[in-house]
Amino acid sequence: MNAEELEQIAEAAHAERAKFDYEVNVCMGTGCLSQHSDKVKAAIEKEAAGCGKKCHVRRTGCMGLCAAGPMVLMEPSEMRYGHVHEGDAKEVIASLGGEPVARLDPHLGGYFDGQNHVVLENSGHIDPEKIEEYIARGGYEALVKALTDMNPASVIEQISKSGLRGRGGGGYPTGLKWDTVAKVKGAQKYVICNGDEGDPGAFMDRSVLESDPQRVIEGMAIAAYAIGATKGYIYVRAEYPLAVQRLTVALQQARRRGFLGNGICETTFSFDIDIRLGAGAFVCGEETALIASIEGKRGTPRPRPPYPAVSGLWGDPTLINNVETFANVPPIIRNGGEWFSSMGTARSKGTKVFALTGKIQRTGLVEVPMGMTLRQIIFGIGGGVPDGRKFKAVQTGGPSGGCLPEEHLDLSISYDALISAGSMMGSGGMIVMDDTSCMVSVARFFMEFCMTESCGKCVPCRAGTVQMYELLSKICAGEATHRDLNQLVELCEVVGATSLCGLGQTAPNPVLSTLRYFKHEYLAHIDEKRCPAGVCELSPAAVEVHA
Amino acid sequence: MLSGPKTRNLRLPTAVGENNMPLYAERPPLPSDDKRWRIVNGTMRKHGYSRNALIETLHTVQSSFGFLDEPAIKFVAQSLRVPLSQAYGVVTFYHFFSLKPPGRHTCTICTGTACYIKGSDKLVAETEKLLHIKPGQTTPDGEVSFTTARCVGACGRAPVTLLDGELSGQMEAAELKAQLERWTTQ
Repeated sequence: MNAEELEQIAEAAHAERAKFDYEVNVCMGTGCLSQHSDKVKAAIEKEAAGCGKKCHVRRTGCMGLCAAGPMVLMEPSEMRYGHVHEGDAKEVIASLGGEPVARLDPHLGGYFDGQNHVVLENSGHIDPEKIEEYIARGGYEALVKALTDMNPASVIEQISKSGLRGRGGGGYPTGLKWDTVAKVKGAQKYVICNGDEGDPGAFMDRSVLESDPQRVIEGMAIAAYAIGATKGYIYVRAEYPLAVQRLTVALQQARRRGFLGNGICETTFSFDIDIRLGAGAFVCGEETALIASIEGKRGTPRPRPPYPAVSGLWGDPTLINNVETFANVPPIIRNGGEWFSSMGTARSKGTKVFALTGKIQRTGLVEVPMGMTLRQIIFGIGGGVPDGRKFKAVQTGGPSGGCLPEEHLDLSISYDALISAGSMMGSGGMIVMDDTSCMVSVARFFMEFCMTESCGKCVPCRAGTVQMYELLSKICAGEATHRDLNQLVELCEVVGATSLCGLGQTAPNPVLSTLRYFKHEYLAHIDEKRCPAGVCELSPAAVEVHA
Repeated sequence: MLSGPKTRNLRLPTAVGENNMPLYAERPPLPSDDKRWRIVNGTMRKHGYSRNALIETLHTVQSSFGFLDEPAIKFVAQSLRVPLSQAYGVVTFYHFFSLKPPGRHTCTICTGTACYIKGSDKLVAETEKLLHIKPGQTTPDGEVSFTTARCVGACGRAPVTLLDGELSGQMEAAELKAQLERWTTQ
């Protein structure tokens, strides 16, 4: 494979598309499939066959707006329809080249205005199981460019220049990480893609793997070239069967086209990727636990240093990045690091994909430039809180993050701003809560999660999360005193400071952030024996004593 | 590669490999003539009977048989020359692996954050009340297994359930109840 051959494949794909005047893309991501978008596609295909228009119906990955599923996107008009059912097929086809069907909400409430798709640029536009469609949209140009025009050091230089930071939550500068692994001497190095998206409420990685798997493979191959690795693993949750299936197909196609294997693009560079399935352990998102899991062991973390960059998989130097981080790599190499760093804030560059869920009008995936405010995302793109209820908090960063109240809605999103507000970027889950949510219960929910998911290796996390959970349960039941509250705060400090890995170190965050912004709710449970949101079932004995 | 189909019956008792397990140890016979064991063996062969393939092999067993019982864990541990304690440790560490056979139908309720905020706890309570079992259990007649999931990644459609593996979003308690009643009264 060389640049000319790549162009030929792209041209052939363009010629194939040129045979049609219209294209109708039907979302076949997990969200829309659960609303039978496969039947919608079949109905539209049937209608298209007899309509006399030159029309191609395509299966695509996620289009983003899960709330309006099943979704359909028409090209070249870029018109979108939501809530499309089998019976709408005739009207959808009839509207091609004519007036849009107003009933199917073609503007979708302005959900897509203000978004900037980099990672999701192909999602909803290509068939994830056809590598040719990825190539037609500029796919693998970056890999060919890196292998033929750039040396490993200049690839790393572009990544460093872009200012890309790890999208898994930590925000470690990607260029620096690559540089470290590249400089370590070792005959065998590995590249691992962390697709163990364990944060409940986050589904960005699932969507990228389902909609545009080749992008992740290309990003990993570029990384392997830059650091000198020959073998890669993608660790995906077993709970994501569709992502695994599409990834398997994508790997086969990439091998067949010569983007993986020996002597890639007529060079001496060789690289191949295997899939490893997770088995339902949140802690495996931690890099050393993930490595243990790939080695076939229990997913328990180990102390760092040595970092995986020095001693990772089977003791060899290993680069681990998140799915979204790898997905950002091809456009950076294609357009240059400066292009990427022109987006975002001073220290958080580029765009970020968020999973907007909870009590919000329009749930789904959004990709926005860093620096956008929470208000713009939640009330602008997401349409605010439904049913006339009042916004209470937005939770970011999953069980490691925190809840931010209304006064922080004008916060510009960046790694550092979120941390200083007591939350964190995390992998990108953004869960909106209204006044029917009790913040003490929410803290208890996350603590229950951390308690069950603690691997049990270190005492502060194993025992501390249980104690904190019990104290929170006591508060929810109205049986707690101020002494309990003080003990909870003390435990938060101890567990955060002394746990071995990120799970324990950040487990207190949901408690600390709710205590910081919603202390009155804790006090209402303790002093007045009532739950302001009316969620908690207070123990009758406690209420009676108070009365 | 030291092991592989060709060296299957070679014995060199003095050679010691990983974990002080003798190399070239004879692989155990298939537990039964059930054809699914060949699929399991296929996975192990694909990975060169390497110890690293433990989780991959357990996934194959679970997807073929629906659960992992003692003979299965023993067979995999012996074939891969992994101490049985380690194999059992792995099986019980990961939530995805089940030691009990599933019921004829499975009802999984997602209890991730988005589903929790949208009231999945009510769905769990409804199911517990209707089936008289807790999450992780199967009804005594073996009809329905009830589990909760950490997050299935369909948060845009919360609250989400998986009924016999099929994902349904924006689930209402009444709809779930009707489905469960269809299963239990059949």
